[in-house]
Amino acid sequence: MATETENATEAATNGDAVAASEVALGTPPEAEAAGMPQLAFETFGNQIFWLVVTLVIIHFVFTKVALPRIAGVLAERQGTITSDLAAAEELKQKAVDAEEAYKKALADARAEAGKIVADAKAEIQADLDVAQEKADAEIAAKTAESEKAIAEIRDGATESAKTVAKDTVKEILASMGFSADAKTVTAAVNTRMKG
Amino acid sequence: MATEAHGDETGGLEFHPLDQFIVKPLFGDGAVHWYTITNVTLWMALAVLAIAALFVFGSRGRALVPSRTQSIGEVLYGFTYKMVEDVAGKDAVKFFPYIMTLFMFILFANFLGLLPMSFATTSHIAVTGVLAIAVFLTVTIVGFVKNGAGFLGLFWVSSAPLPLRPVLAIIELISYFVRPVSHSIRLGGNIMAGHAVMKVFAGFAAIAAISPFAVLSITAIYGLEVLVAGVQAYVFAILTCVYLKDALHPSH
Repeated sequence: MATETENATEAATNGDAVAASEVALGTPPEAEAAGMPQLAFETFGNQIFWLVVTLVIIHFVFTKVALPRIAGVLAERQGTITSDLAAAEELKQKAVDAEEAYKKALADARAEAGKIVADAKAEIQADLDVAQEKADAEIAAKTAESEKAIAEIRDGATESAKTVAKDTVKEILASMGFSADAKTVTAAVNTRMKG
Repeated sequence: MATEAHGDETGGLEFHPLDQFIVKPLFGDGAVHWYTITNVTLWMALAVLAIAALFVFGSRGRALVPSRTQSIGEVLYGFTYKMVEDVAGKDAVKFFPYIMTLFMFILFANFLGLLPMSFATTSHIAVTGVLAIAVFLTVTIVGFVKNGAGFLGLFWVSSAPLPLRPVLAIIELISYFVRPVSHSIRLGGNIMAGHAVMKVFAGFAAIAAISPFAVLSITAIYGLEVLVAGVQAYVFAILTCVYLKDALHPSH
């Protein structure tokens, strides 16, 4: 084996004194490397063999299982994030569109409402105008009627007052013993009534 | 040596900061052959299990919204992937599993080595040396396969004045071949030194007068070592990426 031969050559090339003393004392091969286990060359074969085995296993595990799996997971995650971002962008656009549609609908409704209000106002105004005119006409008619009635009443009152005055004057004159001339009394009453 | 030393120093201070690095068979006391199941085997197997638990078991749900374990695995994946892409270039991504393997093995071995009574596999130059030589060979082979002789342009600094270029070429060549040495000793040395220092302070803790200080020091150094464990694994991985970039794009 490689280790044994290595061992032997190492022992041969080592310091003569050390080798001689150790051989003389019959120390086990482990003690050869004078304090440094790192320089115990007889263990190199063992370490190298197991290191190579270890590295081959780790490399196998990495290349066959671990690294492709992790790479797959990372790629999948990246893909998911990208598609999610795209979906979010799309939804955001939809939200903006919806908001615009809503605003437009609101503006339309406002315009419609304004139109309806204006129409209603105009209609009411027209009705109002008609009603007012009618009312005005009625009021004017009533006023004229009333004025006529008042004039009649006033005329009637004046006549009555004249008659009463004439009668009263005649009575007063008669009681005082005068015979009254109808014409004179009437003239006098008329003069008084005017003044 | 370990057992004898323990026997000799009964009652006094016991400093055996390097005993923790001894490679020994898990079952029995026989010699360490290349196939022997040792503490190296145990702690490397635990590293494999920990990695499998985190990356395979943790991500078993394949959840779109990850669980905590899956999240950690994903973070490490993303971190390493980005490092390879940023440092070594986009065309180095096919080496990502390779670098991930090295990075995760070193990271987990470093952290597992920090458990009390554990064995730090990455403290051994044999282990870090193989890792570094593997990187060196990969980089060199990839460099020549990708660029042919053009890979030698790495050593020919065309932006320097012509008389200087041969000198620079020698320096570049030396630095290129020193890479695996520094690459491996940086990692192994850091881990070994940290663990040894902790053991030394643990030895001081036996003296009543300074044991509070020793315990505080161990706590502080342990914190530092946690940092070192992560940083050294990262340094190893990022240097691998830098070297790989040289192989893929050798022009200065």
